Amino acid sequence: MKKIFEKQAVRKLIFLALTFIIVQLLIYADIIDAYLQNTLTAICINIILAVSLNLITGFTGQFSLGHAGFMSIGAYTCAIITLRMPTIFGFFLGVFAGAIFAALVGFIVGLPTLRLRGDYLAIATLGMAEIIRIIFINLKITNGAAGLQNIPRFTNWTWLFIFMVGTVLLITNFLKSTHGRACIAIREDEIAADSMGINTTKYKVIAFIIGAFCAGIAGALYASYFYFLKPNIFDFLKSVNVLVIVVLGGLGSVSGSILAAILLEIISTFLQSFSELRMVIYALLLVVIMLFRPQGLMGSKEVTLAVFNRLGGNLKSGMSKLEQRFKSKKGRV
Amino acid sequence: MLEIRNMDVHYGVIHVLKGISFMVNDGEIVTLIGANGAGKTTTLRTISGLKKPRNGTILLDGEDITATSAQERVKRGISHAPEGRRIFPDMTVLENLELGAYLRKDKEGITRDLKMVYEHFPILSDRKKQLAGTLSGGEQQMLAIGRALMSRPKILFLDEPSMGLAPFLVQEIFNIIKNINKAGTTILLVEQNASMALQVAHRAYVLETGSIVLSGTGSELMQSDEIKKAYLGG
Repeated sequence: MKKIFEKQAVRKLIFLALTFIIVQLLIYADIIDAYLQNTLTAICINIILAVSLNLITGFTGQFSLGHAGFMSIGAYTCAIITLRMPTIFGFFLGVFAGAIFAALVGFIVGLPTLRLRGDYLAIATLGMAEIIRIIFINLKITNGAAGLQNIPRFTNWTWLFIFMVGTVLLITNFLKSTHGRACIAIREDEIAADSMGINTTKYKVIAFIIGAFCAGIAGALYASYFYFLKPNIFDFLKSVNVLVIVVLGGLGSVSGSILAAILLEIISTFLQSFSELRMVIYALLLVVIMLFRPQGLMGSKEVTLAVFNRLGGNLKSGMSKLEQRFKSKKGRV
Repeated sequence: MLEIRNMDVHYGVIHVLKGISFMVNDGEIVTLIGANGAGKTTTLRTISGLKKPRNGTILLDGEDITATSAQERVKRGISHAPEGRRIFPDMTVLENLELGAYLRKDKEGITRDLKMVYEHFPILSDRKKQLAGTLSGGEQQMLAIGRALMSRPKILFLDEPSMGLAPFLVQEIFNIIKNINKAGTTILLVEQNASMALQVAHRAYVLETGSIVLSGTGSELMQSDEIKKAYLGG
């Protein structure tokens, strides 16, 4: 049993290392040019956002529309710190301070609002994100509506990859633990979870805090890549975009969120050339996908590396079936 | 084992339970019967900590647990199979049962109790890998009771276990309830199916619009004219 597990871990490691090296080589070779690097960055950041929102909405069942708010806290914190301390140390401090600050706000906001259910929680979190945005417009340190410029760039593929993999591992491990089980039980039936002795408020708040923490990281990476921040980047639409990725990928599927984040960003990059029609086509695609896969691309299932094994297995069994058929035909002749 | 004294419960301005008092002794099956809206479910929800009473005391083994949380009450041995089954539909039967033992740390005890649940409900053993949402109504009810047993309760609350089930299944469920009781678990049963409930119960209380109006042994109440007229259709 343990051996199989280790084998899987080694395979995962090789898969991750290969992904990292291949992309890194493509960047060196300039096949992924500056423009495509923007796409790559957006993909990584969206993966962090979507996977963390999936923990809140997909796994714990709490409909939140406030993810852009948490992201903006991470972004501004990191920007303000790196503007004053433009070193790699400042960047790290910025990312972690941003994440912790976002988590703290998640805690403060979550404690009272997570007593609400469904639509009410969505409205409350939406309100929270708007309040945060308006605070940033009115603060001096954030330079109001004009925003912050010339933020030093530290985010690159290496950091994106590390933080992205870190987030996904954090959340998948959390979900596999008893705590994750408790969160899923809350989604399935809150009253039943309560009567099993699960402290539902506590787990809802924990999911909210972890989600906010990761959104803070995503925001910090964003700030440190795109040089420029203004409050309007983090409006209602940003939260909705993240939610679209989560729903499209499948509520309750981490790999679904990852796939959807990649897919949607690639689609929107390709659509850049149809500037006027872009949003129309994008929206149309969403409608079509939701019509044919209402449960999202993955439903609540996960793809793992075992897919390759299964593909191999299917191929083998298919071949042997063919062989058998061939042999039986031969026999008849 | 369990004693309720003058419990008052309100939903907003509505006074649902009007100072009810009753008790459940060790090893008994006690049933609360009454019409829709009498406050039966509210009684169970309040005792298991899902709803806060405005006044009154809840004693478990002589200790006042009125101010404790629902989690604490599960730890102390109260287990509640809520109304309408409320199983976790997208989890397997086994995962549902494991969640019933959520607060327990003794792995061996959990394995033993899992076996015990499978003995009471062999069908659950056959279906352990199946998603709970795909079970039939009767099987879901069995799962809900099995899950409640997994916390190794001293006292088990069953809320309308016969709801929506075919008559022969109701009979089966009630036989299992009797067996669980014989194996040593005290049971507080809430039912609309008064005749079934009175047959299995040692004692019963009749709840009418938030007050207890009658009490006695199961067979006593079965004979009572009032009960016959109001609840047994004769």
